[in-house]
Amino acid sequence: MTTTSVPTTAALALGDDALVLSHRLGEWAGHAPVLEEEVALANIALDLLGQARVLLSLAGDEDELAYLREERAFTNLQLVEQPNGDFAHTIARQLYFSTYQHLLYAELAAADGPFAPLAAKAVKEVAYHRDHAEQWTLRLGDGTDASHERMQRACETLWRFTGEMFRPVAGLDADWPGMESTWVEAVGDVLRRATLTVPEGPRSGAWAAGAGRQGLHTESFGRMLAEMQHLHRSHPGASW
Amino acid sequence: MATAATHQTARTLAHDSQDGTQAGVDDTAAYERAFDAAVAADERVEPRDWMPDAYRATLVRQIAQHAHSEIIGMQPEANWITRAPSLRRKAILMAKVQDEAGHGLYLYSAAETLGTGREELLDKLHTGRQKYSSIFNYPTLTWADVGAIGWLVDGAAITNQVPLCRCSYGPYARAMVRICKEESFHQRQGYELLLALSRGTPEQHAMAQDAVDRWWWPSLMMFGPPDDESAHSAQSMAWKIKRHSNDELRQRFVDICVPQAESLGLTLPDPDLRWNEERGQHDFGPIDWTEFWDVLKGNGPCNEQRITQRRRAHDEGAWVREAASAYAAKHSASGAGRGVEQA
Repeated sequence: MTTTSVPTTAALALGDDALVLSHRLGEWAGHAPVLEEEVALANIALDLLGQARVLLSLAGDEDELAYLREERAFTNLQLVEQPNGDFAHTIARQLYFSTYQHLLYAELAAADGPFAPLAAKAVKEVAYHRDHAEQWTLRLGDGTDASHERMQRACETLWRFTGEMFRPVAGLDADWPGMESTWVEAVGDVLRRATLTVPEGPRSGAWAAGAGRQGLHTESFGRMLAEMQHLHRSHPGASW
Repeated sequence: MATAATHQTARTLAHDSQDGTQAGVDDTAAYERAFDAAVAADERVEPRDWMPDAYRATLVRQIAQHAHSEIIGMQPEANWITRAPSLRRKAILMAKVQDEAGHGLYLYSAAETLGTGREELLDKLHTGRQKYSSIFNYPTLTWADVGAIGWLVDGAAITNQVPLCRCSYGPYARAMVRICKEESFHQRQGYELLLALSRGTPEQHAMAQDAVDRWWWPSLMMFGPPDDESAHSAQSMAWKIKRHSNDELRQRFVDICVPQAESLGLTLPDPDLRWNEERGQHDFGPIDWTEFWDVLKGNGPCNEQRITQRRRAHDEGAWVREAASAYAAKHSASGAGRGVEQA
């Protein structure tokens, strides 16, 4: 029925999430707190980039879509475009996103829709991302006083971007409210085990609610795109 | 094999002496003879074998420097991850930088079998007491530099490292087998990147040529000083840590690169480079050793920047490592009765 246009919206939304978060994680290369995390963060970034390439290719040409769209045409969640901050901030972002992505891909993999093949492969990668984020949330939350404080602050800061994840995306057949309550429960459980307090603020501000999916982004995003797209745009039509 | 038996004797003797028996001068001479015989027979020296102190020290220095090079070497390439011009290239580059971190980990592990620790080695890197390859003190100014590093820098590294797969020290040799496989993959990718540029638009071709012009001579310097100025060469060759001299390997590299440059459609920046029929090798122009020693002393274009970034990553990550240790201590104390050890 709506086989062409609707999956395009969905493919772009999911593809943009993966592309943008992968880019942010790529910024860690050479800056991680320990060598094992150089490997782990790059590994997660690569998985996400692989997902992004499949998803963007479903919607069109991956490079045109990644490099030639303006900020207002990107439909990623505001959560994934948030700057890395410190390691706790990066981990909190990973925890929130990978938990969501894991739930979503599990549903998509089980359903018989156009995203099932991708989701079936990706859900395995994302299970690893989620585990990595949870393990670090525990270590940082239940580590030293300093790490506890940083992790708590990171969780609070990013909390207001988490509501957007459960705004229904056209063409994605998922139980959004069910997924949201599972997410709140799962993340809450990890935070409590990490001796952290589950943030109490709203999960969506007036601006953050559904904004990224409509191409409304936070200020740092434009700068990120400028860096990402500069070389490609400087050589129109060139192949690499 | 007789030598294996002799070496085994040395092994046993060494263990006896660790058990408290005093190893006299005669014993040391016996270990030394057994060690020399084992090395001469191309046997692998393993972590628990007796080995001369100087052999151990040389290996620690070389493996650590090698590990540091992998870690510092992530920086010039990571510099382009966020600007890679296509998603395919970005994925390749990320995978490569990830591999380098992995190589660093293998090599620190190999060094640790000699009785040192990663923390100690990193500290020596951060305080300038141990070096890393001088090549990484050059900046990556354009995207084509990523290709030039793959083709030339990794190419030089492979030429240097393939013989190390037969190095007399087992853990190092085995690490090199794994590393060389991945490095040759990177090298082909770098070559392919340059080929795409060389065959691309005139601007892309110029970008590729400029990168090769800037990376050629520093790559030749990766083989180290000329044979008559190389401090460690003779001993390392006698111990079979090193299999070929700096100049031999450099020559081999030049001979490999010339035809590759031709098929790339790029030139090498050396007016004296020509085939020498008599030698069956290429003649090439003089290397600027002043620049080499200057970079080695810390005065290259990026020495300060590279080490500052490494130190900053380490320092800013201290709270994360402390958190991980604190968490591990708490949770091992409460489980499996390991708290007893701490009492």
